[in-house]
Amino acid sequence: MVPPAKFTSYYGRPVLKASPWTGDIPAYLFLGGLAGGSSLLAAGADLSDRPVTRRASRLAALAGITGSLFALVHDLGKPSRFLNMLRVAKVTSPMSVGTWILTAYGPFAGLAAVAEFVPFLKPFGRPAGLAAAAVAPAVASYTAVLLADTATPAWHEAYRELPFVFAGSAAAAAGGLAMMAAPLSESGPAQRFALGGAALELAVGHRMESSMGLASQALHEGPPGQLMKASRALTIGGMTVGLAARRSRACAVVAGAMLVAGSVATRFGIFEAGQASARDPKYTVVPQRARLDERG
Amino acid sequence: MTVDPAKATGWVEPPARKGFLTDTSLCIGCKACEVACKEWNGVPDDGMNFLGTSYDNTGALGGSTWRHVAFIEQPVAAGNEVVDLGMPSAELPGRRDGSERTDFRWLMSSDVCKHCTHAACLDVCPTGALFRTEFGTVVVQEDICNGCGYCVPACPFGVIDKRVGEGVKNEGLAQKCTLCYDRLLDGTTPACAKACPTESIQFGDLDELRLRAADRVEQLHEQGVTSARLYGENPDDGVGGLGAFFLLLDEPEVYGLPPDPVVTTRDLPAMWRQAAVAAAGLLIGAVAVFGGRS
Repeated sequence: MVPPAKFTSYYGRPVLKASPWTGDIPAYLFLGGLAGGSSLLAAGADLSDRPVTRRASRLAALAGITGSLFALVHDLGKPSRFLNMLRVAKVTSPMSVGTWILTAYGPFAGLAAVAEFVPFLKPFGRPAGLAAAAVAPAVASYTAVLLADTATPAWHEAYRELPFVFAGSAAAAAGGLAMMAAPLSESGPAQRFALGGAALELAVGHRMESSMGLASQALHEGPPGQLMKASRALTIGGMTVGLAARRSRACAVVAGAMLVAGSVATRFGIFEAGQASARDPKYTVVPQRARLDERG
Repeated sequence: MTVDPAKATGWVEPPARKGFLTDTSLCIGCKACEVACKEWNGVPDDGMNFLGTSYDNTGALGGSTWRHVAFIEQPVAAGNEVVDLGMPSAELPGRRDGSERTDFRWLMSSDVCKHCTHAACLDVCPTGALFRTEFGTVVVQEDICNGCGYCVPACPFGVIDKRVGEGVKNEGLAQKCTLCYDRLLDGTTPACAKACPTESIQFGDLDELRLRAADRVEQLHEQGVTSARLYGENPDDGVGGLGAFFLLLDEPEVYGLPPDPVVTTRDLPAMWRQAAVAAAGLLIGAVAVFGGRS
């Protein structure tokens, strides 16, 4: 048990403002990861002749990116406000960079998915799918910078590892979904993608907590702590069941579902931990005071 | 190193950088600055609240609170000598519970947007709604802000926020102190500084304010107020120095200010590098899983 930190504050009020974001944003983080991972899987499945995986992953990518866009617009309040972001391109603003990444990615991901069903678009499926896959890694990992580039302690202090956690979480979600959709005869790569992603997420997540300092407490307390616990349990469970997924379709479905759910819990857990760390002045004052005292 | 943020942004021959020195040793907590700011800028009501925090019922800066007078009431800290003014007692004779009467201290400070040299809100704004004026200040353009709220968690001081309230002007948009940009363009003093009855809020060229602040600290130290110190005057701090800086009488956190704020975008190049490595790893992983056995 860590003793409660002693520090001074103004009537216990927060120093920082928590982001005004609600569930839209963690949903957006998850859906973006799902879309990015799925486009990568879809391209691989396309090139290696795995039609069910290809179709499922292309659809997952389209659903993910559409859901992302919906969550983003819902957060902004009205669709026209999205256009305001297209008037500038700023490398200092991860949201601006992300807007352009999504603008480049969305049409290709959409075309690749639509080509599955519209015969005359079929020839465009592969080039569009490959183009989407080229942008997809950026779609899946930029959201970590989006969170880390704030004063919110539990997000900023995680900046070294968060992109890897999110990339792993994206692979686990996309692979998990493809495991649920595709027959065993073609789901080997999806399984490896999902399990590898889950392992990365767990390993780097563990390392992240030790490098975050005091802010890591926010990942263990209250509702964010429960989400993170659920995320770990689902991811470890999904990996365990997933080991049997090569032989059993039922195991593949259960493991896939657990990994998708684990990814959702990771995104919501990290999001909520950040919010909690901004609302508690301890996370701002204690490390900054220690830094000052060290400098003398 | 002193950076002129207006020049760094591309303004050609900008006027001298403008700012505030808030000398809290002169603040009487009257809140004339809060009122003047609201009146001049048409800032809507931020709630009729009773917070139970001494004479502060405003609480914090926010979308509809661009000046906030912090009012600290605490049992007196050791070393501060309290002069007995022989004030009449409010208690009925004999109604004291027998406990020793404790002295207490009041600290007052009018908080405001710091107009940082390296402003995280401005850096992360994805629409360009936040911009650097020719006076080196940071201002939101309300017709461009799309209410994404990214600036809110980016600010290391918790200043800027989305305006809340049904049907109020600029509802849902990020709002904060403009250092009275309109008044500056007319060559006049910002409303809060104009209204301050004790000149606790001083407006002027930042260079001159810094000199004045150093003199004032020296003067206070000579008078025995050894707790006087400046906050945010150092151009080498984590935000490159503040355009609106403070003379405080205790540690910054006592006033609700972060002791050692750092602009989050200082680490942004490292963040992009990490994300690029993670993205490359994801791509390599995706290629790898399709290699070998089915």
